[in-house]
Amino acid sequence: MKRRILIALFIFGSFFGSTVAFADAATEAATAADPVAEKRLQKLSEELRCLVCQNQTIADSNAELAQDLRREVRTMIKDGKTDQEIVDFMVVRYGDFVLYRPPLKAITLLLWGGPVALMLLGLFILLRYLRRRATRVIAEDQPLSADETSRADALLKEIEPK
Amino acid sequence: MNRYFWILGAFAALVALLAVGLGLNPRDVPSPLVGKPAPAFNLSILATPDKTLGPKDMQGKVWLFNVWASWCVSCRAEHPVLVEFSKNANVPLVGLNYKEVRGDGNFDMSKMPADEEKKLAFQRAEQWLAQHGNPYTLTVMDIDGRVGIDYGVYGVPETYVIDKAGIIRMKHTGPISPDVLAQKIMPLLAELNK
Repeated sequence: MKRRILIALFIFGSFFGSTVAFADAATEAATAADPVAEKRLQKLSEELRCLVCQNQTIADSNAELAQDLRREVRTMIKDGKTDQEIVDFMVVRYGDFVLYRPPLKAITLLLWGGPVALMLLGLFILLRYLRRRATRVIAEDQPLSADETSRADALLKEIEPK
Repeated sequence: MNRYFWILGAFAALVALLAVGLGLNPRDVPSPLVGKPAPAFNLSILATPDKTLGPKDMQGKVWLFNVWASWCVSCRAEHPVLVEFSKNANVPLVGLNYKEVRGDGNFDMSKMPADEEKKLAFQRAEQWLAQHGNPYTLTVMDIDGRVGIDYGVYGVPETYVIDKAGIIRMKHTGPISPDVLAQKIMPLLAELNK
């Protein structure tokens, strides 16, 4: 029972904590009042990487920089900028690295194509192995020669009960 | 036997790949601003708050632009290098004091009015430079960090080398070590100043 209360408290605490941490002064209230803008902010924030804690989006991160960037996105939404304009704003300053989904370019080709190439390579090796095994099995599946038959017969006779 | 060589070779290639990957610095994100004009700003100067400075005022000069704050721990490590540099440098070193008060993390910013933050920022920056020495030709104050965003600042300290035409030629993230200064920055400055 005690444990359950603790868990409930923990869940409540982390929820409460995250909402408080997300609170960001006056502009927050302004966008929060507009559910469409808030949704856009959320969606954009999930596409943008926080440069400080690099494996988090600016939606997840509570680093100072992430807060500043969310504020920046919020202001741009309020100013009527399109999503593309907002993303471009970030890329101009922080590079493609800021995008959680890196664009397909010559330099990111290995990143995008690598897994597919590895899978194709694996398939190729698998197919080759299967084919070789099949020919080997067929090769071994020949009828016994006369000599082998007589040897087999002799062996079978040996174990036959007398 | 042949087959085992093949597997061993693949394993060695994987180890080599990982070794190279581990040797890279993930913090070192290449800045898209290198080769582009330094973003414009107009910020108050620390020593003379009623005057402002922007990249335009530096046109025709090769200059260094160094982002710092008194709360920044790595800046402390870098500072002696900058002080040493400034003693015999013929290149202006402009400081960008970045979020002096709100970046500190010890203040409740929702309770601090803007003018008080500004006053405190100037005061803290002055005090820090008085204490640790001032290598800067001058420092401009980016109190809300807005200019920092334009420069793609994500980890103070950061340093930019800007050429006579106002183009960013290099960005260094993290503290400048004597090695970085001697091997990367000084040669570039010499070349740009030719």
